[in-house]
Amino acid sequence: MNTEAGNVTTCAVSKQAVVNASNYFNKATGEAIERECKVKLQEGCDELVLNFSQTELVNSVGVSILLGIIDSAKTLGTKVVFADVKQDTIDLFDMLGVSRHVTINI
Amino acid sequence: MADERNRLIHTFGALAELGEEVSNKQSFNETMRTSLHLLLGSLAIMRGGVARYSPFGHELSMLAMRGIREDFPLTLSLCQEDERQFLANGLYPIEVSQAKVLPFFQVYDQSFEQSAIELFVPLVIHGETVGSVFLGRKATGESYTTYDREIICAMARHVGVAIMQRNMMAELERRAEENRKLYDNLRMTYNDTVKAFAAAIDRKDKYTEGHSVRVGKYSEIIAAELGWNEQEVEGAAVAGYLHDIGKITVERKIINAPYRINAKESSELNKHPGVGYEILMPISHPYADVPLAAKYHHERLDGRGYPDGLYDREIPYIAKIVNLADSFDAMTTDRPYKRRRPANEVFEDLQRNSGKQFAPEIVKAFFKGMYNELTGETKEKRFRRLLGREYMETEGIVPMLKNALNGVAPTSPLTYLAVDK
Repeated sequence: MNTEAGNVTTCAVSKQAVVNASNYFNKATGEAIERECKVKLQEGCDELVLNFSQTELVNSVGVSILLGIIDSAKTLGTKVVFADVKQDTIDLFDMLGVSRHVTINI
Repeated sequence: MADERNRLIHTFGALAELGEEVSNKQSFNETMRTSLHLLLGSLAIMRGGVARYSPFGHELSMLAMRGIREDFPLTLSLCQEDERQFLANGLYPIEVSQAKVLPFFQVYDQSFEQSAIELFVPLVIHGETVGSVFLGRKATGESYTTYDREIICAMARHVGVAIMQRNMMAELERRAEENRKLYDNLRMTYNDTVKAFAAAIDRKDKYTEGHSVRVGKYSEIIAAELGWNEQEVEGAAVAGYLHDIGKITVERKIINAPYRINAKESSELNKHPGVGYEILMPISHPYADVPLAAKYHHERLDGRGYPDGLYDREIPYIAKIVNLADSFDAMTTDRPYKRRRPANEVFEDLQRNSGKQFAPEIVKAFFKGMYNELTGETKEKRFRRLLGREYMETEGIVPMLKNALNGVAPTSPLTYLAVDK
């Protein structure tokens, strides 16, 4: 099942939810992604996949929002996966320690 | 090395964005939320919150939270000892685990533990505690370094300044509201005093009791029809109420004379505009032209008025309004030596003297106000209350007013130029 909401597209396959992020992960786009993730978590998915294939840049607000999503998922026992992350972004996540809390697929 | 450089770029980026955010004119709550995100995201801190301090209630109220448990208290009380210690500490992170000697950390120990809060930063700005920041552990799991604490202080200071500015704005708004109320009360007192004066003036002349009040009301109606703003309309009303204040110095026997007074008595009576001006000038009225209305309300456009025989453009506009209102009331009120004139005669008189005694546009505005009331265009019944229903509903008045409104020219047919005297 595919749904579209602005820059966020969501696909639900069995109990995995995929949320696609836009090219600049900042406050505006980050909050939209956060809302979508919360919906999916409440619907009860086992694995939450954030697709970063379009994402060029994640700023500090974006990092904070991602940590919030990770925290919420952990509370519900949901695994969080970051997919198709660009190398610069991986370096940022590694530096900040975000990588320790998620599975990163290149 | 590259890692450190990237970390610097990331945190300075956050600091720059935070500086921009706190000077944004968006909602304060939104600013706090975004500021918290920037602080947490700069060092990848798992959770945190920002609170504002109220010195009156001695409590911290949460403004924004992320990742903190729902049962974390939204207000946290401080005792004197806590306040003293936080001020002494200044804006620097306090390790929660090592501060349990303070009552604050003892009381809220469980809440801090359940939400995994590691650092508490009192926001002390210019020697005043304005709020605080609560910070959880870092995503790396590592302890906070000196560098981290310096970044936290720099960012927390921005947040503290934003809260302080907000407090100052709130205080300014409160004082402005207080001043507004004070001003309104003063205005009410002034208006009540003016009306009391008007009543006192009228009591000297038993046959025209209520005259000053009626002139005030007619002046108000004219000013409103001319499209004046609320304050100007109020000023016109006050000018009307006080126009005859000079009569306080005129002998009662002259004012109450049951006959037409002689030249000497007339000369005495004609001093009242100047006297009124002398009485009103020293007072700081909210409406500057009130004394001028008292002085010149007997002047005429054709220069045949008194006390100074001014011509059209020399006469203050407010005085022209009061002149019409005063004359209208004189014609429609019983006097000791004559009864009030029928409505149609009064309107004809006003029209005939439009451009000679009265300013044409003022006559028109007056007629319009009356016409609107009689035809139901306005629901107000001011003229009926002032003149009596029977007088107002005399047959033929409405068509007469309509003709007058169509026939009265917008500019005076006689333009009297100022003459060098």
